[in-house]
Amino acid sequence: MNDIDEIVKGIYLKEPRAIGRAISIIEDGDQRAGAILKQINAKSIQDSTIVGITGPIGTGKSTIINQLIAHYRTQGGRVGIVAIDPSSPVSGGALLGDRIRMMRHAMDKDVVIRSMATRGKQGGLCASAAAAVRIMICSGCNPVIIETVGVGQAEIDVVGLADITVLVLAPGAGDEIQVMKAGIIEIADIVVVNKAECPGADSLIMELENVLHQRNCAVCRVIAREAYGIENLATAIGKIDRERRKSGQFTGKRKQIRETEIIDCAIEMMRDEIRSRLQECPGNYTGDPRAIARKLIDDICVTELDMLKRKRPEVFS
Amino acid sequence: MDIQRCRGRVLIGKPGLDGHDRGAKIIARSLRDDGFEVIYTGIRRTPEEIALTAIQEDVDAVGLSVLSGAHNELFPEVLRALHQAKGGDIPVIGGGIIPREDIQHLKELGMYEIFTTGTPVQTILNTFREATERYRQKKHKIP
Ligand code: B12
Ligand SMILES: Nc1nc2c(ncn2[C@@H]2O[C@H](COP(=O)(O)OP(=O)(O)OP(=O)(O)O)[C@@H](O)[C@H]2O)c(=O)[nH]1
Ligand SMILES: [Mg+2]
Repeated sequence: MNDIDEIVKGIYLKEPRAIGRAISIIEDGDQRAGAILKQINAKSIQDSTIVGITGPIGTGKSTIINQLIAHYRTQGGRVGIVAIDPSSPVSGGALLGDRIRMMRHAMDKDVVIRSMATRGKQGGLCASAAAAVRIMICSGCNPVIIETVGVGQAEIDVVGLADITVLVLAPGAGDEIQVMKAGIIEIADIVVVNKAECPGADSLIMELENVLHQRNCAVCRVIAREAYGIENLATAIGKIDRERRKSGQFTGKRKQIRETEIIDCAIEMMRDEIRSRLQECPGNYTGDPRAIARKLIDDICVTELDMLKRKRPEVFS
Repeated sequence: MDIQRCRGRVLIGKPGLDGHDRGAKIIARSLRDDGFEVIYTGIRRTPEEIALTAIQEDVDAVGLSVLSGAHNELFPEVLRALHQAKGGDIPVIGGGIIPREDIQHLKELGMYEIFTTGTPVQTILNTFREATERYRQKKHKIP
């Protein structure tokens, strides 16, 4: 499982080994990553729906996804899941614990699950999440569900990657609503109140309806442990998806998602170059950080230009 | 991308009906603290479930914990299931209550290494480091 063509072919043939290896190659910055990504641009990408599931730690995101998988599977679909957990900033290691809630699907070849660590990325996602999603779509998954790390207020990157964003809250998160008002709560498409059998659920729902009444945002009452409210949630997701495809909003969002990914990649590539320059000749870069940043970018541009002049002199004659 | 170079991805599984999960959890946490990304399957998994999960997650090593005495059946079954799922090259490291006389035989069947009660955790970590490093060298072309 090391040949690029074999891996790419394997993705389309739904081979678990190929799918898993392709994602690793991209995640680990293997030099074959570009070649693989170039070859996986199926038309199916437009047909598949990407659902982001986010919310504070322990509100039941993984348990809900476990039930959603069961729901989509009874309808015959193949489902992809990218489940993200935080890397320890100290050791760099991570306990990827989302999957344990989904083990009942372990023998189902049409449930593709990949656990990923943030590896230093802020914002609730990992750098390779978008690529992992695309690989899953190419292997026939629709929908693909992304579980973010347990988030606070600032981690809203998933909105830039998913077609539809579901925010999962649970009773006891009352204080968090106040904090979140200016963040994810404003942009979520659906808000789920999970653990609805617990005390405090009704007042949480009331409070949410207060916050959300100005905009068209569904509040779903769910007891994920008992699969209560899952049908409802899936229906709400489906309805938004259909409406947006009809209105053209879907295409607009996809364009935005693509731009976000390109910008992220470009910044990521620049980051390495910038860091190595800073470390190699710190003497060249002293003084005001903002001015240095400008100088660094200018320097990089000059180097690139020189290289281009040598490689393709005809462009400059 | 310094942080991106993670030490490796490992799966810690508990096959069979054995409910003793203290050791497995300690190993999982120690691996995390040593820089590994760890997927823990929880207790009572079948060998096939463990193998298919390891393949989907493309891990660099599998760790199995068995204290019930069923290791002579369960370890080889996981090896077989991994082989069938095209993951026969993934190193499998075992631990638990394993009599000395069984260890040699299990290693001949393909277990990478086996550790019993009382092994210092650092020894176990070193073995995971060695096994995953070797595996990742074969797996990746890093520029
Ligand atoms: C604590 C314990 C329990 C607890 C378990 C709590 C839990 N959640 O884990 C409880 C009370 C629930 C329990 C119940 C039972 N137990 Co009990 N239990 C023990 C005991 C005393 C200690 C186990 C332990 O946690 N050790 C601490 C950990 C850290 O050590 P460890 O798991 O061995 O891990 C080390 C290594 O083995 C290795 N390792 C372990 N896993 C892995 C994985 C990898 C990948 C690697 C590399 C290394 C590795 O690294 C660790 C660090 O060195 C042992 C006796 C003993 N001294 O071992 C009996 C023992 C394991 N239990 C035993 C039995 C029989 C039972 C019961 C069947 C009793 C009964 N009749 O009801 C039940 C069955 C429970 C079940 N559902 O499976 C027997 C097993 C006999 C056998 N193998 O033939 C033992 C050996 C006692 C005995 N001498 O009879 N038990
Ligand atoms: N009472 C109750 N508990 C639930 C319900 N759904 C999930 N839980 C429990 O909530 C805990 C956390 O569930 P997870 O699904 O792991 O939550 P999560 O949001 O994925 O957690 P992180 O990924 O760690 O942020 C578990 O103990 C679940 O069993 C529910 O409907 N009611
Ligand atoms: Mg989770």
